[in-house]
Amino acid sequence: MSKHTLATVWLDGCSGCHMSFLDMDERLVELAEHFDLIYSPLVDLKTYPEHVDFALVEGAISSTDDEAKIKKIRAHTGVLIAMGDCAITGNVPAMRNPYSAKEVTDRAYFENASAQQQLPTIYVPTLLKTVRPIQEFVKVDYYLPGCPPAADTFHAFLTGLIEGKPVDVSALTRFGA
Amino acid sequence: MSPAPAVDIKTLTIDGKEVSARAGQTILEVARENSIAIPTLCHLDGLSDVGACRLCMVEIAGTPKLFPACVATVEEGQVVTTSSDRLKKHRRTILELLFAERNHVCSVCVANGHCELQTLGQEQGLTHIRLPYRNPKLEIDGSHERFTLDQNRCILCTRCVRVCAEVEGAHIWDVMGRGIDSMVITDLHQPWGESACTRCGKCVQVCPTGALFDKSKVGSPHPKYPEFLPALQMMREQQ
Repeated sequence: MSKHTLATVWLDGCSGCHMSFLDMDERLVELAEHFDLIYSPLVDLKTYPEHVDFALVEGAISSTDDEAKIKKIRAHTGVLIAMGDCAITGNVPAMRNPYSAKEVTDRAYFENASAQQQLPTIYVPTLLKTVRPIQEFVKVDYYLPGCPPAADTFHAFLTGLIEGKPVDVSALTRFGA
Repeated sequence: MSPAPAVDIKTLTIDGKEVSARAGQTILEVARENSIAIPTLCHLDGLSDVGACRLCMVEIAGTPKLFPACVATVEEGQVVTTSSDRLKKHRRTILELLFAERNHVCSVCVANGHCELQTLGQEQGLTHIRLPYRNPKLEIDGSHERFTLDQNRCILCTRCVRVCAEVEGAHIWDVMGRGIDSMVITDLHQPWGESACTRCGKCVQVCPTGALFDKSKVGSPHPKYPEFLPALQMMREQQ
């Protein structure tokens, strides 16, 4: 039996969704019989592959870099799954939205910096005006809310994908779960 | 033998079930007496009804209009439908509008796990919001010694306004402004801590979200107990 390829992506989130994914513990071994994890913060590959069957995306879109990444992911992914509240609602990263991006960077790099007060000009991508959920940028095929979704939720959902019988996500999880 | 006092009984159909009701009863009351669930948010047993949230909308045969079950009264021969694809679509949209209008960040909210908006969202199968979030900049009033008002979580159900006026008799809560700019306020928009508040806490117990909360509950579960209202009402009626 050929395996599905799987990617997990970490945009503007805390990696808690990835931790919860890992909390599936020994069930990961069983899932590994069906999925090849080919791109993830957990593997070495640095560029997004040409084609991925399933991608779990954690985090909101906060910067020009996140925006470019989610568009690239969408173009090279079969089934895109928004993983966790940041990807779906903006959640904690979006709490900056009532303030301007300049107020946010001033707070971080000037007001609270005791030394070398300056805006980074290389490596750090420019913040977007507001933090937005991924469905405002690309088409999302499945939503898995939760902060983070529980390991049992991941397991039930991924098992449903393997069997081609998508589960009723609302029976498993909710915003803030 | 004197005749029994005349009771005006209406017979109607709700979701295909024949039910009888007293004249003047609301569709919501009669549905619940017959174990037919209609989702509600601004309604609370023990308070007057205002039809603010529109979640309890039902269909009545013979008219294309929708009726809020909490304030629409029963009529003879009415045929009521409480659940249809159209109603589900509207209920979902109402909840999405509420989530998008202010800043409901469930994961860090004091009411997480005990919030009626959150629970209704899950019950109505909401996994994401299709509308752009407004992310308004709103006030948090922490001036009261025991309680906090967080406008970010307020859905303008006006339960606090009604409980304070109708049950506590203090009427310190009211609504200021219009439309999307409406805000619940204390006194004439004075800080809550400087208002004529009696510190009874009824508004906190009836608030369906994390808009009104007890400061001592921050960082711990904050379930609310609005069930005291019908009991209080019954006691008062007996006096």
